Amino acid sequence: MLYNIFIDPFVQMAQMPDLLVQTLWEGLVSGVLYALIALGFVLIFKASGVFNFAQGIMVVFSALTLVGFYEKFSAAGFSGHTAAFVALVLTAGVMFVLAMLVERVVLRPLVNQPDIILFMATFGITYVLIGFGEMVFGGDPKQMIASELFLPSGSVDVEMLGGMVSFQKIDIAAAVIASVMIAGLALFFQKTRIGRALRAVADSHKAALSVGISLNQIWVVVWFAAGLVALVTGIMWGARSDVSFALEIVALKALPVLVLGGLTSVPGAIVGGLIIGIGEKLGEFYWGPLLGGGIESWFAYAIALLFLLYRPQGLFGDKIIERI
Amino acid sequence: MFYRETGQFKQSYAADQAVFPILQDRLGLAAILVVAFVIVPLFGNEFLLASVMVPFLILSLGAIGLNILVGYTGLLSLGSAAFMGVGAYAAYKLSTIFPGVNILVWILCSGFFAAGIGVLFGLPSLRIKGFYLAVATLAAQFFLQWCFVRISWLYNDNPSGAIEVPARTLFGLAITGPSATPVTRYLVVLVIVVGMTLLASNIVHGRIGRTWMAVRDMDIAAQLMGIRLLPAKLLAFAVSSFYCGVSGALMVFLWLGAAEPSAFDIKLSFLLLFMVIIGGLGSMIGSFFGAALIHILPIVIRGLPEALGLPIAAATVEHLTYLIVGALIIFFLIVEPHGLARLWQIAKQKLRVWPFPY
Repeated sequence: MLYNIFIDPFVQMAQMPDLLVQTLWEGLVSGVLYALIALGFVLIFKASGVFNFAQGIMVVFSALTLVGFYEKFSAAGFSGHTAAFVALVLTAGVMFVLAMLVERVVLRPLVNQPDIILFMATFGITYVLIGFGEMVFGGDPKQMIASELFLPSGSVDVEMLGGMVSFQKIDIAAAVIASVMIAGLALFFQKTRIGRALRAVADSHKAALSVGISLNQIWVVVWFAAGLVALVTGIMWGARSDVSFALEIVALKALPVLVLGGLTSVPGAIVGGLIIGIGEKLGEFYWGPLLGGGIESWFAYAIALLFLLYRPQGLFGDKIIERI
Repeated sequence: MFYRETGQFKQSYAADQAVFPILQDRLGLAAILVVAFVIVPLFGNEFLLASVMVPFLILSLGAIGLNILVGYTGLLSLGSAAFMGVGAYAAYKLSTIFPGVNILVWILCSGFFAAGIGVLFGLPSLRIKGFYLAVATLAAQFFLQWCFVRISWLYNDNPSGAIEVPARTLFGLAITGPSATPVTRYLVVLVIVVGMTLLASNIVHGRIGRTWMAVRDMDIAAQLMGIRLLPAKLLAFAVSSFYCGVSGALMVFLWLGAAEPSAFDIKLSFLLLFMVIIGGLGSMIGSFFGAALIHILPIVIRGLPEALGLPIAAATVEHLTYLIVGALIIFFLIVEPHGLARLWQIAKQKLRVWPFPY
C-alpha cells in the first residue's frame, strides 16, 4: 500500500518520461486557464474587497455574447474575420455596460457593507446573468468562433524522451495570449495613471478617496477589466470545448487557485493556477487510480488546504495583521 | 396598540431573561404552533403539505444549522450540503443494517455522524479565516460528494447509485416510504423541527451561544477573555453539522424518498447560505424567513404565468425564475442587509410605539 502511494507513481514517471511531459503540459495549460479566471477574481477583490463569485458566469456570458453576435452577423450574410473582430469589440462593449450596471445597481447602494453581504450580492448577479443568458442565448452548447479569430487548431507532435508528446496548438496559443495579457495588466497597473489609482484604492479606500480618486469610476474600470479577462478566458475555454453554462463549474476550480495564491496577489493567481493545474493532473494521472478515479473534483481543494494550513493568507497574500 | 409590554412586570430573573419576555409574543408563538399542528394538516391539500411545507421545514432546519456556524460563530461555510449528505447516508446505512430500530432514532442519530465529520473538517478553522475558510470548506463539499459516488458500500451497492428509503412505521402508521401520507410526514417533520429549534434557541441564548458570539465578533479578543477558541469553534461545527445532518436525513426519508449524490451538490450549499443571509445572520426566526423566501418564491413565480393565463414556455419561466430570484436577492440585500429578521424587528418596534412615530 505504502509502495503504491509513495514509490510506484515516481517509478512510473521515471519509466515513461514522455507521458510525464505530456501530463505536465496538460496541467500547465489548464493551470494557465485557471489562473486567468483567478486573475479576474483578484482584480476585483483588490480594488473593491468584493469576493466576486460571478466571475465564472461572466466568462460564460461573455463567450456566449461573442458567439451570439457572430451568429447574428453571419445570419445577415456578413461573416469571416472582420465580422468576428467586430463581434469581439461589441462584446467588450457589452462587458463595459455590465460593469457600469453592476457598479450603479449593486455596488453603490451596498458600499461599506460587510464582505459577506457583497459576496451574496455577487451570487445575485450570477443568478441574473444565468437567467438572462439562457433566455437570450438558449441553453444549447455553442461552437466558439476560434478559426475566425485567427486561433490555430490541430496539434504539433514532438518526439522527445523516447516517445511522442503532442501539443495542441490552441493550448500553445492560450498560454501565449495569457502571458501577454498578464504582462499587459502588469504594465497597466504599474505605468498608467488609472493603474496607479487602482493600486491606491487597493491599499486603502479612504485614503484614495481623500486624495480625490473617484471610487465609483475605479470600480467600473476594475469590473470592466475583469470582464475583459473573462472574455479572453471564455474564448480560450470555449475553443477547447464548447461554450455552454457547464463552463460555470470551472469557476469553482478557480477558487482553490485563488486562496492558494492569496486573494490579493496577481502573481499569486498565476503561480497558484500553475500549482493547482499541474498538481491536479499529476494527482489524477498517477494517484487517481489508487482511489478509484475522479479525484480531480476535490484534489485541487486538498492541495489548497495543505498550503493554507502552512500559510493561512495564501502564498503571496498580504500578511493578515489582527488588531484588537 | 395591542402589542406592548405595559403592565407586564417581571418578578424574577428567569422571567426577565426569558426568550419571549412579552406576553403577546408568547401568544403569537402559540397561535403559530396551533396553525402549524392543527389547521395546516386539517385543511392543507396534498400539494401544500408535500411540496411546500415539508421542504420548507426541512430546509429551515438546515438553515438553522448553517446559521449557528455562519451567523452565530462567524465561520463562513460552503459545505453544508455535504454534511446534510452525511446525515442522509448515515441514516440510510443505519436503517438498513438495523431495520428493527425505529427510524426516527436513526434519523436523529445520523446527526452525530454528520457532527463527527463536521468536526474533522472544522479543524482547519482555527488557522484559516474568512473567505479562505469558505474555500477550505468547499474541500469538504467536493470530497464528501465524491465519497457518496465512489464508495459503493454507502449505498449498499445499489446499481443506480442512489439511496432508496425503506418503508418504516411509527405506532402502526407508515411514516417513510411510498405509503406514507403527506399529513403524517408533515407532522413528523414538524415535531422534529420544532423540538430542535427550541433546543437551538436554548443553546444560542445560553453560555455556549454567548461564547460563539464573542468568537464571531472578534476571536482574538474572545481568546484574551479566556474563551478557548478550538473547543468553541469545533463545538459550533459539531452542532451545526448535527442540524444539517438531521435535516439531510429528513430530506431523504420524509421528503424525496430517494436521493442521488447530486441531491447534495454545491447548489444546495449555496441555497442554504442564501436562506441564512437573506433571512438574517444570527437569528432563529430569520432562518425560517429565509427558507420560506428561497423555497416558496420560485414555486410562486413558476405558478404565476399559469395562474394568470399567460402563454409563456416552461423553459422561459425557468429562466425568468433565475432572473427574478437573482434580482430579488440583490434587492433584499440593498433594502435590508441585516436580513428579513431585522425587518421583522423593525416592524415589532413600530407596533410597540404605535401610534407615535418613536
